[in-house]
Amino acid sequence: MRITSTGRHRTIAGLALAATAALALSACSVTGAGGSSGSEGDGTGTINALFMKQAGYSESDINTMIKDFEAKNPKITVKPTFVAYEALHDKIVTSAPAGTYDIVYSDVIWPAEFASKGIITDVTKRFPESWKKDMLGGALTSAEYKGKYYGVPWGPSTKLFFYNKDMLAKVGATADDVKTWDGVLAVAKKLKDAGVVQYPLAWSWAQAEALICDYAVMLGAYGGQFTDSSGKLDINKGAGVQALEFMKKSIDDGLTDPASTTFLEDDTDKSMAAGKTAMELNWESTFRDQNDPSISKVVGQIAVTTPPAGPTGDNPGVNGSMALAIGAKSKHQAAAWKFIEYLTSEAVQDKYVKSSMTNWKASYTKPEITQSNPEVFAAAGKTYDSMILRPPVANYNTVSQALQVEIQNALLGKKSPQQALDDAVKTANESLG
Amino acid sequence: MTGVSVAGVETERRAPAPAPAPRGRRNRRKRDNQGRLAFWLLLPAAVAVFGVIVYPILRTLLISFFEVNSALATDTPFVGLQNYVQILTAPGFWSAMGRTLYFTLVSTALELVFGLIVAGLLNAKLRARWLFRAVVIIPWAIPTIVNAAMWKGIFSAQYGALNAALTQLGIIDQYQAWLGDPTLALNMVIIADVWKTTPLVAFFLLAGLTSIPDELYEAAKIDRAGWPRIFRSIVLPMLVPSISIVLVLRTVEAFKVFDIIYAMTRGGPVNGTQTVAYYAYTTAFSDQNFGVGAALSYIIVLVILVLTFVYLRMLRRSEMSLL
Repeated sequence: MRITSTGRHRTIAGLALAATAALALSACSVTGAGGSSGSEGDGTGTINALFMKQAGYSESDINTMIKDFEAKNPKITVKPTFVAYEALHDKIVTSAPAGTYDIVYSDVIWPAEFASKGIITDVTKRFPESWKKDMLGGALTSAEYKGKYYGVPWGPSTKLFFYNKDMLAKVGATADDVKTWDGVLAVAKKLKDAGVVQYPLAWSWAQAEALICDYAVMLGAYGGQFTDSSGKLDINKGAGVQALEFMKKSIDDGLTDPASTTFLEDDTDKSMAAGKTAMELNWESTFRDQNDPSISKVVGQIAVTTPPAGPTGDNPGVNGSMALAIGAKSKHQAAAWKFIEYLTSEAVQDKYVKSSMTNWKASYTKPEITQSNPEVFAAAGKTYDSMILRPPVANYNTVSQALQVEIQNALLGKKSPQQALDDAVKTANESLG
Repeated sequence: MTGVSVAGVETERRAPAPAPAPRGRRNRRKRDNQGRLAFWLLLPAAVAVFGVIVYPILRTLLISFFEVNSALATDTPFVGLQNYVQILTAPGFWSAMGRTLYFTLVSTALELVFGLIVAGLLNAKLRARWLFRAVVIIPWAIPTIVNAAMWKGIFSAQYGALNAALTQLGIIDQYQAWLGDPTLALNMVIIADVWKTTPLVAFFLLAGLTSIPDELYEAAKIDRAGWPRIFRSIVLPMLVPSISIVLVLRTVEAFKVFDIIYAMTRGGPVNGTQTVAYYAYTTAFSDQNFGVGAALSYIIVLVILVLTFVYLRMLRRSEMSLL
């Protein structure tokens, strides 16, 4: 292969030709998708599972579950991968064409996107009819899209209200004083004035999904909803604006830690565990962390309740349930289903109830289960009855991004809450088409 | 996806000069054998280059002309240049572009200034100079993701070292959320980037400095030139080749900055640190808008090519430039 000037041109042309040929050969579409598809498999072999390393079941919980499962099913090996929640969505998307993961852990806001884009498989046929009434409705939404099931719920989840009893006692406040958001602000003011803590409140208001979860709780407390009856975003009036005004005011009054706009749930969790925050909204497993002496200075001081009520008396939690789904290109779907069945079974969920709540309605009436984590059961059980859902649309991420940016614009004082939400609704509804 | 080295595969090879006539035939056979051997030896490299550079580049170009809104899409209508039009008319793109330009200009400028100072110090005849040189390279040796996590800790609003230092020195009276304001956050990310990359720039410039012969300095001193004059008339012109290389390298790198943003701020707050590469990432993988994402990455490549071209043209005018 001697390279002369014309030869070089020929080489480049050849490469280009080969590339085009490879494109043509590799698939029927420009993405290369559609070549191979998933299959049942023989119910044995190695399955790869993608989990989340954050709230809920911990890495060691899951590893123990896997060990127990493998002991019962010696022909199946499970290889887990753990990523942060913030990386989970993109990891599921980018690994989809290669079919890397047989099982993925999917959030309640994703079934519309993943199902409509064929990234996870329809498991309606495998899904026993009885589960639909034995599992909590709020948890089921994490796996359902247009009447079909695309996974099995693995823990309902919502943000609860946590407060430091000892700090509140210093200003003579009790549980009754923090039953409403107005009460929370009044107590926060007392805490600040008394110098108990510089910023009584911390929130997860970073530019991330966490912000939308907190906003959802406030929106619910003011009696609002994300969308109107036509499915369009509808938060730039009434409750939507009042909720944001409340959030902004808590910063202006010096009651909310201004660093909240850089916080994820993990940061507020740590801030409370370090004794720098008196009150916060966070997921159920926060209670476990606050009482873990290796990471918390406030063991035994924290109480947990349903979210405080707004002026309308409403106090829904944000639905943050998650589900285990099977990757569309998995070659071991039978084995994957077996593993999902095991993880989501009543017995396993009951066993790890300190880390994550359970899907099964029956568990909530078993004294031996509720006694193992009584505070969270009492708070969560009530909250699951009414939960606010974030809009179930296929391009949820675009909508959420628009909301995150504009809500932050208001929180940082770059725009008025009304202006910010007007802009958010405009951008989001354009993307909804 | 810079794609700058597409055609660089086999350009270095030149045919040997023609052999003298009498023994031509035998030589040609030998040469053919050698050529064949070379072909087989180069084949693995060619396959690798094709597989990981040429093929993805062409594939990305192809995808940028289609509407692809799923990682597993099979129904992908051809939309021509619509993706490009959509990007160029999106306000989000232009603001991301503006932030990227700011990041690129400020970080490259700071790195050059600090790099020059550090290079000058490292070039001084000190005892244990090897030790200083080794210490200075450490930031560059730290992986970006670790660097980002470290600076995120330093800037932390609750327990950050920066807040502690500044309050104890009495410069600020209460802890600041350094990454809490969009403009401030971008500048803070720049600091983290400058800290990490200055050593690289310094070493490029140090290489240039060591190649300046002592006689030039001596001659200048005999002419009674002061240090500012020596710097302007000797050091700077002699450094132009090093500066030009480092400038091109850093501009390109800074323009496609992604990892430090991903680890430190994830583009927030209020998109204040969302650079164009991060914008492309979110568009492609979070919004699953692969067609637009592919078009975006081509726009990034084009901008980088233009920037590089302008730089090289500017520097080529200088007589001392080797480029």
